[in-house]
Amino acid sequence: MEEIIRATFPVIVYFAAIFLAFNGVLIIVAYTVLAERKILGWIQGRIGPNRVGPWGLLQPFADLLKFIFKEEIAPDKSTKFVYYLAPLISLICALMPIIVYPFGPPIKTIDWSFLPYGLGEGVKELPLRIADFDVALLYVLAITSVGVYGIALAGWASNSKYSLMGGLRSSAQMISYELAMGASVLGVVMMAGSLSIGKIIQAQTQYPTKWFIIPQFVGFLVFLTAAFAETNRVPFDLPEAETELVAGFHTEYSALKFALFFMAEYVNMFTVSVMCTTLFLGGWYIPGLSYIFEYGSIPYAIVSHIGFLLKIFFFLFLYIWVRGTLPRFRFDQLMSFGWKFLLPVAIGNLVFTIIMVYLGIF
Amino acid sequence: MVSILFFLFAGLAIACSILMVYHKNPLYSAISLIGVFIALACIYVLLAAPFIAAVQVLVYAGAIMVLVIFVIMLLNLEEDKQLTRLRYLYLVGVFLGLALLVQTFFIYHAVIKTPNQKAEQEATAGLTLNIGRAMFTEYLLPVEIAGVLLLMAIVGAMILSRRGEQVKIEEFKRRED
Repeated sequence: MEEIIRATFPVIVYFAAIFLAFNGVLIIVAYTVLAERKILGWIQGRIGPNRVGPWGLLQPFADLLKFIFKEEIAPDKSTKFVYYLAPLISLICALMPIIVYPFGPPIKTIDWSFLPYGLGEGVKELPLRIADFDVALLYVLAITSVGVYGIALAGWASNSKYSLMGGLRSSAQMISYELAMGASVLGVVMMAGSLSIGKIIQAQTQYPTKWFIIPQFVGFLVFLTAAFAETNRVPFDLPEAETELVAGFHTEYSALKFALFFMAEYVNMFTVSVMCTTLFLGGWYIPGLSYIFEYGSIPYAIVSHIGFLLKIFFFLFLYIWVRGTLPRFRFDQLMSFGWKFLLPVAIGNLVFTIIMVYLGIF
Repeated sequence: MVSILFFLFAGLAIACSILMVYHKNPLYSAISLIGVFIALACIYVLLAAPFIAAVQVLVYAGAIMVLVIFVIMLLNLEEDKQLTRLRYLYLVGVFLGLALLVQTFFIYHAVIKTPNQKAEQEATAGLTLNIGRAMFTEYLLPVEIAGVLLLMAIVGAMILSRRGEQVKIEEFKRRED
């Protein structure tokens, strides 16, 4: 019995951590949708949703219920297997990066010896993340680059002109902006000397001027712009441009299938905000906090975690703000902006960083 | 545990490659090829080479196959066109397949023959730092040659695609005159 418990305990802990992380992120994502509708309402001089629950706070759940109870419609001539596969690919690829999110600093002060059967033996710290490995950053980039298949295949399988145009645009856009995004990330990687997310944050935890946003400001701007394009958000939302393509790649999707695409888009927004925070704003690190609380203690972790969330909320707000204020690019503008401006700037920044790192200035 | 996962992903890779070859529809073939790449990436992870796995997904599944799918969707190829030309290629295919099979058995035989030696555990060989170090010291020449080759291919593609454009521009100018 004791051995079984010893063997299964780590698995249970991992599952609990994954359950917590995924549900936490999904709840924040649900409320991002509400926040978007509210803030867009204010920008346009409206009130926004305010009927369901106090101040409209139960709106996300009402939306979900509505999605579930809507009629499932699949076009007659669609390629059924791919048609149903596409939203799954989208959402799965959006959710997978959650396992490397750095939610907070490790907690070192808890004494784990109270656990029975010596389960706490040798456990020194409680890391506030699910996994961090040598190539975590590459993992995130790889998974998000696979996510485009959801959109491209949805466009192809629906057997509709609007959807096909949306899918085509999406894959072209993704190829163009992925390069700039990768090149802008490389500057940070070079300064931190690692692809591991934990080490990238560690490299920024001395004083606020160590935040990579200062030496890598150009990289930050390029990353942010490319991130808007990668998540198909305004002003780069050409795959679903309402005014020209009805609803783009998800024109033919109804009910829960549409909800999966919708969720994937917002989870992707969250992921990109996490990446921005981690790469350029020091992740969970709050300057000067170690003078108030000891590093590794529980209050330090809690305050850091709140700081991490606030930084993410700032980026999510930025997304909504931009959606409320900027018009959409034309397709040729999008392409020439990506290839002729963003990519050269990113590569220039990369070369500049190489020289600076070589000279030992950064 | 590791061997169960290995057989799972190896089976997935084989199944996907068979589907890739047998499907008439080019888009299904492309999707199966993505499946092969992802299964191979999982096998790389099992072999303690996370960097190669990530790059495999990022470059092959994420970039090259997106381009392939883009082209297939753009051209909207017709389905089931019977292969009438190039029938003799079947014969070549059979021959090559047999050669590959013989080669596989040869490798299998050689592996079985070698005494069961525990290889030096180089668990860190697949990490980013070590790969970078090896690429820029021991294998610098092959890396540079590959880089030059790729550059040549890019320049060649540019010239080939621009040539037609130049002709068109000249024609347009002539018509203007």
